Amino acid sequence: MTEPPAPIERAADGDFRVHLGPEERDLLRRLTAELEELLAVEPEDPSLRRLRPRAYEDEQVEREYRSLMGSELESLRLENLRALAETAGRNRLEAGELDRWLAALNDLRLVLGTRLDVGEDEFADGFDPNAPHAYELAVYAFLTWLQESAVEASASAFQDEAD
Amino acid sequence: MSSATSAPGVVEVERPADSEHEEHDRPWIVVVWNDPINLMSYVTLVLQKLFGYSLAKATELMLQVHHEGKAVVSSGTREKAEHDVARLHAHGLWATLRQD
Repeated sequence: MTEPPAPIERAADGDFRVHLGPEERDLLRRLTAELEELLAVEPEDPSLRRLRPRAYEDEQVEREYRSLMGSELESLRLENLRALAETAGRNRLEAGELDRWLAALNDLRLVLGTRLDVGEDEFADGFDPNAPHAYELAVYAFLTWLQESAVEASASAFQDEAD
Repeated sequence: MSSATSAPGVVEVERPADSEHEEHDRPWIVVVWNDPINLMSYVTLVLQKLFGYSLAKATELMLQVHHEGKAVVSSGTREKAEHDVARLHAHGLWATLRQD
């Protein structure tokens, strides 16, 4: 038996190949749409807190930081999510597009992981399909698997450039 | 944001030996904190890409975050440190700044 290919791989021409099934691509579109809606409708939802970590301990200075940087960070987040949704069906990504995937996948994991209150080694004991929130945990595991692969592909390309 | 820093280009004729001056000289440091969600490989890659660290240096900092709960990843003027924090926030890392 051979290992299934990694979901994201470097191609010889410097681009990246995406091996995902149609259901997985649909899931990415659905997750990004859901997060985009949550950001628009419930921007103060507790599950979003890890998307906006504090920069300063001091309340007043933190408010200044948010008023200065907040909207820029939120716009960038939406651009990344939309880029992931728009390119979710593609078999090939350019490096800049993969960077958008990395940021968007990370945001999706931050929100879902916060909602599920996951720990560092969430699946150290394997995956229990009968656990409460088993579906959400499976989605989280899928996003983690995909992001690991995206990071590995991006890091490999970055390292070659640096050498 | 610039409220706590002196205006650039102001020449001080007499360098005061007071604590306020030293306050301005002390660098600001950027701290990345451990969290259970960000992948170790992702944190390493972000540190490499944002700060130009070698794989070895970025891995060392990431492991410090992982094992000790936090690590100083950059320092400098308040403006630079805040800019670095914003870039880390744009990548989903939990980063703060404070004067050393």
